[in-house]
Amino acid sequence: MTTLTDDTLPVTPRAIRDEMIVFVVMALLLAAVPFTGVYPFFVMQALCFALLACAFNLLVGYGGLLSFGHAMFLGTAGYCSAHALKVWALPPELGILVGIAAAFVLSLITGFISIRRQGIYFSMITLALSQLLYFIYLQAPFTHGEDGIQGIPQGRMFGIFDLSKPTVLYYVVLVGFLAGFLLIFRIINSPFGEVLKAIRENEPRAISLGYRTDQYKFLAFVLSGTLAGFAGALKVFVAQNASLTDVHWSMSGEVVLMTLVGGLGTIFGPVVGAFVIIAMQQYLAGFGQWVTVIQGSIFVVCVLTFRRGVIGEIAHYFRRSL
Amino acid sequence: MRLAGDFQGTPKGPGAKSMQALYAQLLVGLINGSFYALLSLGLAVIFGMLNIINFAHGALYMMGAFVAYFLLNLGGINYWWALLLAPIIVGIFGMILERTMLQWLTGLDHLYGLLLTFGIALIVQGVFQNYFGSSGLPYAIPDQLKGGMNLGFMFLPVYRGWVVIFSLIVCLATWFLIEKTQLGANLRAATENPTLVRAFGINVPRMITLTYGLGVGLAALAGVLSAPINQVRPLMGADLIIVVFAVVVIGGMGSIMGSIITGFALGVIEGLTKYFYPEASNTVVFVLMVLVLLVKPTGLTGRAA
Repeated sequence: MTTLTDDTLPVTPRAIRDEMIVFVVMALLLAAVPFTGVYPFFVMQALCFALLACAFNLLVGYGGLLSFGHAMFLGTAGYCSAHALKVWALPPELGILVGIAAAFVLSLITGFISIRRQGIYFSMITLALSQLLYFIYLQAPFTHGEDGIQGIPQGRMFGIFDLSKPTVLYYVVLVGFLAGFLLIFRIINSPFGEVLKAIRENEPRAISLGYRTDQYKFLAFVLSGTLAGFAGALKVFVAQNASLTDVHWSMSGEVVLMTLVGGLGTIFGPVVGAFVIIAMQQYLAGFGQWVTVIQGSIFVVCVLTFRRGVIGEIAHYFRRSL
Repeated sequence: MRLAGDFQGTPKGPGAKSMQALYAQLLVGLINGSFYALLSLGLAVIFGMLNIINFAHGALYMMGAFVAYFLLNLGGINYWWALLLAPIIVGIFGMILERTMLQWLTGLDHLYGLLLTFGIALIVQGVFQNYFGSSGLPYAIPDQLKGGMNLGFMFLPVYRGWVVIFSLIVCLATWFLIEKTQLGANLRAATENPTLVRAFGINVPRMITLTYGLGVGLAALAGVLSAPINQVRPLMGADLIIVVFAVVVIGGMGSIMGSIITGFALGVIEGLTKYFYPEASNTVVFVLMVLVLLVKPTGLTGRAA
């Protein structure tokens, strides 16, 4: 079966060194943003989505499991963090932890349910589960339904960093993103990541070699969901609200689109994809529903002609894994 | 999900009125079940031949309702003709989609089909939202089906009874076409082994196109049927399709009859939930899906994915 990713590229120590170089360049570029004229809010938003897309990509690009419900982790962590910050008045670091813990628990439950089926059934199940959560959040009192949780205090991280200052917030979000990214990078290049890729390529063979593939897929799901929750918790500080949009199926679709545009199963693709899609939404905000039409068209074009994505094409051209 | 419009009489206490409300919700459940059955049937037929999950199904259901609306308001063509023409028009649109896009996905991972049809759904819904906003457009019940009947135990609006019976007939006709006719036999054979069937001189690609047209036509038909009940809205199919996915996960896509029965059964269960515990009526299908997955991961019809 033809898989979702470009498998012609060998992973060698050389490639990992290249990837580290690209990572350092990316980190330096992002760290320089406040000194340029770029609107920091836009970059922060894109960074949150980039982390979300990277977490999503861990599951689809390396585990071969296309989740169509990743918004549920983003939204759940967002609601729980927001609630912890606003109602319980916890400091930011604990607020983030609450969000991550919530996403972790949710991914344990949803992973246990959805991992029982493969392929498209898995996609449909994750989509249905996220819709279930959407309706629960719509009715639950603590989410404030259609209004969402508004006016969340940003507070002081570790009692020192004043997150209401855009530059401080920017660097906190950037550190969070880079930490999450490095963790994903480490997971992908670990023995666990290798087994995951083996399962994606040929599950029956992996089973015959003695791997309990369901456990590997479950772990990948939990890691991906928890990291997506981290992105959701960070996003609360940037957007200062938590609303139903973050749990809606269209958000799950956007995450898929970001990863597809950047390149499924590439390390840097989701980051590029997230910046492209967020920038597009920013510039086309005045066009109303045409944004949806354009997003749909990008889906169609990518699937028909551009399946490797931006980074995937570059990697293929230079015969490097990126 | 408020598909078939809530009845005014919400249950307040025991007695005859309460029983009436129960029957009313059962009827709403049967109507929603008709739509679930028609849509999951189409999804199953398409999946059998094309090996893709048609995410655009909800959008094409919506298109069916809109085509009926256009036919009436621009062409003065009535409901009965719309019932025939809308599925044909949307079916042709679907066949164009299949010829121009979906056919290029043969041999690729199933998931690309999902992504492509998701993109198509976004485009179609976005275009309609641009021109018609998110509010509903009214579509009148045809004169012949107006009014209601007193069945003794409940008051049955004729149109709603018609939707249930007509959907059932269409579902059974589709089942007959696929399970009992020569055409259906060819279709099932091509599902199992397309190469061999082609060797027998049967034009499999054309059959795939027609199958997609048939599945999509069923969705459009459901759209026309629902237009007088739910109004015509650009997003009418967006949330519905996710429920139908859950229905498909519960029933499995292995059997035509399984899809029909699961669709109707889940509609009825949803209707009952609306009566006994309305807060859960949006979620009951998803909760059932979770339970089925925990007890019998392969779905009720029992074939592995």
